[in-house]
Amino acid sequence: MKVVVDLTRCQGYGQCAFLAPDVFTMRQEALLYDLEPGDERREQVLRAAAACPVQAVHLDWTATWHAAEQPAPPARRNTDGRIVIVGASLAGARAAGVLRREGFTGSLTVIGGESHEPYDRPPLSKQVLTGQVPHDHTMLPHLREVDAEWLWGAQATALDVAGKRVRLADGREIGFDRVLLATGTRARPWPNEAEAALEGVHTLRTLEDAARLRQALAARPRRVLILGAGFTGSEIASVCRELDLEVTVVERGPAPLVSALGGVIGDVAAQMHREHGVDLRCDTTVTALEGDADGRLRGARLSDGSTVEAEVAVVALGSIRNVEWLRDSGLAAGVWGVACDAGCRAVDTNGLVTDDVFVAGDIARFPHPLYQYQFMTLEHWGNAVAQAEIAAHNMVSDQAHRWPHLSVPVFWSSQFGVNIKSVGVPTFADEVVITQGSTAERRFVAVYGYRGRVTAAVTFDQGLWLEFYQRLIERAAPFPPEFRHVDRRAGVGPVPARVPERLVATAGATVVVTGHDPAERRASLLHAPQS
Amino acid sequence: MTSRSVFERILDPSGRADPYPLFAELRKTPVARQEDGTYVVSTYREIVELLHDPRVSSDRRNLGSTAEAPDGAPSFIGLDPPEHDRLRRLAMRHFGPPHSPRIVDGLRPAILALTTELIDGIAGERRADVVDEVAYPLPVAVICRLLGVPQEDEPQFHAWADQIIETLGPGEEDRAERERERRAVGLKLEGYLAELAEARRGQPGEDMLSGFVTYRGPEGGMTPQEVVSTAVLLLIAGHETTINLIANGMLTLLRHPDRMERLRAEPGLIVPAVEELLRYEPPVQLVSSRVALDDIDIAGTTIPAGSPIVLALAAGSRDPAHVADPDRFDPFRARNEHLGFGGGVHYCFGAPLARLEAQIVLGELVRRLRNPRLVADPPPYRPSPVLRGPRHLLIGFDGVEPDGQPYTRKRE
Ligand SMILES: Cc1cc2nc3c(=O)[nH]c(=O)nc-3n(C[C@H](O)[C@H](O)[C@H](O)COP(=O)(O)OP(=O)(O)OC[C@H]3O[C@@H](n4cnc5c(N)ncnc54)[C@H](O)[C@@H]3O)c2cc1C
Ligand code: HEM
Ligand code: SF4
Repeated sequence: MKVVVDLTRCQGYGQCAFLAPDVFTMRQEALLYDLEPGDERREQVLRAAAACPVQAVHLDWTATWHAAEQPAPPARRNTDGRIVIVGASLAGARAAGVLRREGFTGSLTVIGGESHEPYDRPPLSKQVLTGQVPHDHTMLPHLREVDAEWLWGAQATALDVAGKRVRLADGREIGFDRVLLATGTRARPWPNEAEAALEGVHTLRTLEDAARLRQALAARPRRVLILGAGFTGSEIASVCRELDLEVTVVERGPAPLVSALGGVIGDVAAQMHREHGVDLRCDTTVTALEGDADGRLRGARLSDGSTVEAEVAVVALGSIRNVEWLRDSGLAAGVWGVACDAGCRAVDTNGLVTDDVFVAGDIARFPHPLYQYQFMTLEHWGNAVAQAEIAAHNMVSDQAHRWPHLSVPVFWSSQFGVNIKSVGVPTFADEVVITQGSTAERRFVAVYGYRGRVTAAVTFDQGLWLEFYQRLIERAAPFPPEFRHVDRRAGVGPVPARVPERLVATAGATVVVTGHDPAERRASLLHAPQS
Repeated sequence: MTSRSVFERILDPSGRADPYPLFAELRKTPVARQEDGTYVVSTYREIVELLHDPRVSSDRRNLGSTAEAPDGAPSFIGLDPPEHDRLRRLAMRHFGPPHSPRIVDGLRPAILALTTELIDGIAGERRADVVDEVAYPLPVAVICRLLGVPQEDEPQFHAWADQIIETLGPGEEDRAERERERRAVGLKLEGYLAELAEARRGQPGEDMLSGFVTYRGPEGGMTPQEVVSTAVLLLIAGHETTINLIANGMLTLLRHPDRMERLRAEPGLIVPAVEELLRYEPPVQLVSSRVALDDIDIAGTTIPAGSPIVLALAAGSRDPAHVADPDRFDPFRARNEHLGFGGGVHYCFGAPLARLEAQIVLGELVRRLRNPRLVADPPPYRPSPVLRGPRHLLIGFDGVEPDGQPYTRKRE
């Protein structure tokens, strides 16, 4: 039986860890679990799933007591024809299920570049690397029965928008009436190919990557070198320390996580690394990876002139979007992703919205009303799921019934035993204030503001407050928050956010988002009174 | 009659048997101001919002009026973060994850053995009171075992717990008086627990009380006073609530024989059935302990700073905007999100234990009672509008199946 927890929803109540202690484990609020527990755990897991107060534990539909939930949806247009989904991972697979749930009765083909069923990536840098869960225990559950043709190990090489065809590497062509692009990203490799090919140099994106890296860590190298202290690099560093392996982290920026969360939280992250014994080198880059005569990694040279000896290196320098196959498609696809509107419809090179081409997940670049309609890509689990839902819904709906993708981004990470969550876009900020808790205790809520409006919040082991701050973001509430509330500590006030440079737009109008369900969510502009 | 607000009618014991039509009425005004300045919140979304709103305090010392000034610090149910979190973590360390994830699951055999004993006790009868014979003795026995209270002291415990619960209730006018009563009984209970804790300090055992008095960590430990207030809280909070869940559960199942039948055929369904009971007949109907720390705009109303807030959990769990067909008891409901255990930082500490107890007891009653039926419907209720449940639940039956210990057999 397969399990996945929607950790964007999870509030760390721990009910699952109480009721199925062999499957779910908690570190304060950080939840780690086995995605494929044995059948002897079935009863435990069912008890845990039933008890979750926010119903974040999802199982194979065949394992639950209930037949596939949703009642037949009201008749809509566009429920027949041919739909093709390219990319069979989180976004693609979820969209396939939603299409059927929404009453799509036509033919459905899913083209998956990898050779196995969709799996969940977040565990790959967490419980899989520690060895708590085997790498092949990461397949995503089947939330409902999906009638579709799944083509595994099939690479799409071109998209013909006018001719409505997807070409595959083996020469096959597959016609469609509507297509969903969900080809995600891949790990950015070390730019020097010869150095990247050294034995012991890793990246982490796929199941195979995780299996290899796990094996390398299990062999207990004397030191692991991690290039980049973003979320993935930091999580791997945390795993190394948990396994009691020496680890050096080299980060170009002034602290870990700065490009995502800014310098204030970055400083806290840096302290966490050091407290846990990570050799953290900030404002530093790796200039060369060095091998021995047998082509095995020996160490690295750093920009400060020093060297590090390491048998294993993990290149965690971000990702590259899988858009090359769209080169001649006429879509606005490039290193930035595939541009689309808030309804997930792709935009062509002229900036015109297409009608039959949809985009979801890590490759989608969409305008977010709450953030001045700036186009953004979000490489988040929750965004892939939310966008897949919106895209699939819109693929079977007429113009009048389409939904906008207005969900406020939510992200989580677990590292050094702490559950880090964010809501909103933390880099969209000029100031930060710690509203609840304290950074010294590693339990706090940090609220981000931009030009006097709340734009994001980050929590360390305080995830259950996030919904409240999400509402402040949606309402464009004033920053800094001035109200009286629990757990407010003396002497705290807003400090500069120290986020990476971004385009500063002129503020004229404020956008607020209202509504809870996708069907009722709407953005509206509040104009400043004219004077 | 007409001059009384819907909420006042809900508080009136005469309507205790079926408050749900009144709750439906109450939901028409999601946030309703009462004459005494209390705000009653009855719709699902708004309750969830307030449970997660840091401007809402559980510490009654923040009330605008200062009619009451309880001496000594409250237990963590009446505290806010960070004090609440610290004490809850210190207590959790000896009860659940991350430090003791297996304690509750490990109680399974003991709970089943106790249940078996209780049901065996009525085997010779053709009529029994589910409250007195089964529901009542179990939770205290379990919590006493967890805390490390000797068995011979249990009856005394029962009496104290009952007396205290009768004094809990919403409404502000006689609160001070009830508070005094409660403190008088509380003192006796506290005296007893203080002595017991002191004894454990010298000779610690495996129980929670021993853990409370001996543990010292980076965050420190519990003061003697905190040990006592926490122990009292665990006892009180898990007592009548669990009794009511079992009694409400049996009553509801007996009112829906078709669903009872299906449960007999598929015992695993007791798990979702208990969730549905927590939604449909919640033992905690109202949470009456909250205070607004600031003005709160919600559902078109402003709750002014300093106002007492009552969260009508029982109304929220039956909000048709949240759940389809809310007045239907459907033990097999998918994705059942309810407010039975509250939410936010004060989410029920003992929820996993309460679930386990209810699953085992109700599962065994369903399995073992032959042709069970209600003797009186509705049964007589206890007066409390907060912790609502039958005072007695008389049932008739044709016999009791022998004990087959299905739970112990099925454990891996
Ligand atoms: C190690 C790791 C840890 C993570 N941890 C977190 C976390 O803690 N929290 C969080 O919110 N997010 C996390 N993420 C991010 C999250 O996993 C992604 O956002 C999510 O996987 C995106 O899903 P997707 O379907 O859009 O893209 P992907 O998962 O990248 O899937 C795209 C699929 O398309 C296939 N494909 C590509 N090109 C083609 C082609 N031409 N033809 C056919 N198929 C093709 C690929 O092989 C792949 O299977 C993590 C990611 C990784 C790698
Ligand atoms: C069916 C049984 C039970 C129900 C319906 C129930 C319900 C609740 C509810 C609604 C709350 C929230 C109160 C608030 O928000 O102010 C709560 C809190 C609490 N419950 Fe339970 N409870 C049950 C059983 C138990 C048991 C068995 C225990 C003890 C082992 C327990 C211990 C607690 C404690 C300590 C709190 C306070 C938590 C905090 O403030 O952090 N409960 N319960
Ligand atoms: S919210 Fe649900 S998934 Fe998260 S820890 Fe609690 S029970 Fe587990």
